[in-house]
Amino acid sequence: MQVVQTVFQADEVSRVFEPARGTIEKLTDRLTGKRPAIVQAVDRVSLSLAQGETLGIVGESGCGKSTLARMITGILPVSGGTRRFRGEDYESFLARRRDALKVQMVFQDPMSSLNGRLKVGEIIGEGAVVHGIVPRSRMREHAAKMLERVGLAADSIDRYPHQFSGGQRQRIGIARALAVEPELLVCDEAVAALDVSVQAQIINLLMDIRQESGLSMIFISHDLGLIRHLCDRVAVMYLGRVVELAKTSELFGNPVHPYTQMLLAGMPRISTERRTFMPIKGEIPSPLNPPSGCHFHPRCDRATDHCRISRPDLREKGPSHLHACLNA
Amino acid sequence: MSEQFFEVEGLNTWFFTRAGTFKSVRDVSFNLKRGEVLGIVGESGSGKSVTGMSIMGQVEKPGKIVSGSIRLDGKELTELSFDQMRKYRGRRIAMVFQNPLMTLNPLMRVRQQMFEAISEHENVPAAQMRERSIAALKAVGIPSPEERLEAYPHELSGGMRQRVVIATALLMNPDLIIADEPTTALDVTIQAQIIHQMRSQITDRGLGMIWITHDLATLSELADRILVMYAGAMMETGATAEIIAMPRHPYTSKLLESVPSNNEPGQRLKQIRGTMPSLLDLGEGCAFRSRCERASPACEISPPMRSFSSTHHAWCHHPIEG
Ligand SMILES: Nc1ncnc2c1ncn2[C@@H]1O[C@H](COP(=O)(O)OP(=O)(O)OP(=O)(O)O)[C@@H](O)[C@H]1O
Ligand SMILES: Nc1ncnc2c1ncn2[C@@H]1O[C@H](COP(=O)(O)OP(=O)(O)O)[C@@H](O)[C@H]1O
Ligand code: SF4
Ligand code: SF4
Ligand SMILES: [Mg+2]
Ligand SMILES: [Mg+2]
Repeated sequence: MQVVQTVFQADEVSRVFEPARGTIEKLTDRLTGKRPAIVQAVDRVSLSLAQGETLGIVGESGCGKSTLARMITGILPVSGGTRRFRGEDYESFLARRRDALKVQMVFQDPMSSLNGRLKVGEIIGEGAVVHGIVPRSRMREHAAKMLERVGLAADSIDRYPHQFSGGQRQRIGIARALAVEPELLVCDEAVAALDVSVQAQIINLLMDIRQESGLSMIFISHDLGLIRHLCDRVAVMYLGRVVELAKTSELFGNPVHPYTQMLLAGMPRISTERRTFMPIKGEIPSPLNPPSGCHFHPRCDRATDHCRISRPDLREKGPSHLHACLNA
Repeated sequence: MSEQFFEVEGLNTWFFTRAGTFKSVRDVSFNLKRGEVLGIVGESGSGKSVTGMSIMGQVEKPGKIVSGSIRLDGKELTELSFDQMRKYRGRRIAMVFQNPLMTLNPLMRVRQQMFEAISEHENVPAAQMRERSIAALKAVGIPSPEERLEAYPHELSGGMRQRVVIATALLMNPDLIIADEPTTALDVTIQAQIIHQMRSQITDRGLGMIWITHDLATLSELADRILVMYAGAMMETGATAEIIAMPRHPYTSKLLESVPSNNEPGQRLKQIRGTMPSLLDLGEGCAFRSRCERASPACEISPPMRSFSSTHHAWCHHPIEG
């Protein structure tokens, strides 16, 4: 039997945020004894990623995907839970700067993630030089090669990020990540800003790189069509929690969680008919004040009293198909 | 009153840089009826955003509207002074930008930004501004709007920031909304919610909307008409069903083929060969010719407009015949 190597593992990781408060607000809070609202952005999420595997993460805006991505990449500390890279405790792994480069992220917003004062060639090449992947004398050459790999002209190295369109900037972000030869690439809405034809090139590029180098990927997107196309397994998140996790064909063919079913039903499709867009049924929950029990109960057709009280844990539906619904 | 309340005719917006002149928008014309959604779709750098900024009178410095006419209810906008244009902006025409960070000030709370948007055009008491802001946030599906009013942009997720921007655009009940990639960062349920919200505004109040996107699937379900742009120029335009069911321009046809749902899962996606040429060395002729499988020597001269119905037109020497 083939041994599957686990690249990354998260065990019940959580993250809370406290909203920024002014001095006066802090004072009134103290006087009134009110506790400031906290946001539980990620609530005890566990997942693992095998060598060469691509795991997709989908979910509503604000459900914690980017926060989870930033914890996986190590940019953001966890409030609870543990992370491991190839079995090693993540903090000690990250402490070795050269190794930490093995995990790279491509961000949702290409403009704010690129340093506007640096030339594109420096943005892409600097990390590789600092960490001894290429000598400084070959930095320009290395950056030019990466640019060509993502479909940009090699002579872009002497231009600045603001001189590119949104789609072109996103390719620069991908080139920067690839330049340090990562083993795990976390893509947070990496192609959301790109039009379909460029998106197709980037997706094909990621699939080629994955095949050539055995790169493992976490691919966050709200585009279910893309997730279905690219990912081996998919995790569906709702208000900070994973509610369903399954092989891609299983998840799309046989979704069991009511939220997943609702997402799939809402998937936009190329059509010649105008669709009637419906308002969201039930109240839209707030991460500042999440519903009790199953977070999804105010919007769920199948909710029972039990759902309003108990937090559903992930349970098995079949082999490698997990869901967190009490009535599925 | 003419049916078309908004018209763009022969718009050319160019950027005069040291490297040369980037002709970002070339001879673009379209119009809009009240209650109608026009979708503009095209590759990065095809000039969609510059078209939007030209309408807003917000083309940045080395750039300039070189020629063309932009009319709202017959009023020529390109001749307005900066101050006159500011009165139109926000009040009669609102734009939702691709990147919410461009519109939101990171140092100001949501409340301050929304109040400022109102007080720029109207003098109303704070309580009323508050009420209107909360209603607008609710309409775009922001939970706990009272608390979120006090948040700073960095405390909101990407999708929430974008919804704040949309809510702010809706505050002044504009006649025309230009939405530049407004829902690309949103999941399908929230996207449907916002589209529902915008749709009802459009129908109830007779607004017009220009929806700029690369998401053909959403566009096919939302837009009444579609304009396909490439390298600053119009390629094809028509009613949505015409464009989706029977694309006539080779570029449109290739775009549709590259959508993931039109491909086998796990296989390489069909992609358009090559990349978009630099706007500097386009020269004469069809802008798509370096990537087109149907190109012939004839394509070295600018393609003529070919009509397939009263609404369906393509600019191509060798359009796909049905
Ligand atoms: N300030 C500027 N200076 C020079 N060139 C510019 C400037 N702004 C835009 N351009 C150029 O104009 C062209 C069109 O840009 P625009 O941003 O409109 O494209 P777009 O279709 O919106 O692309 P995307 O979807 O990637 O944002 C691009 O080639 C871009 O480089
Ligand atoms: N720095 C922060 N301070 C306070 N709240 C935050 C911060 N970052 C994220 N949040 C909150 O965490 C939740 C999840 O955000 P995020 O991970 O960005 O969502 P997604 O990427 O799925 O859209 C949201 O409620 C958001 O407002
Ligand atoms: S646990 Fe209950 S409320 Fe939650 S999804 Fe299942 S049926 Fe619906
Ligand atoms: S004009 Fe020629 S090059 Fe341009 S799209 Fe038509 S066939 Fe292709
Ligand atoms: Mg996000
Ligand atoms: Mg744009």
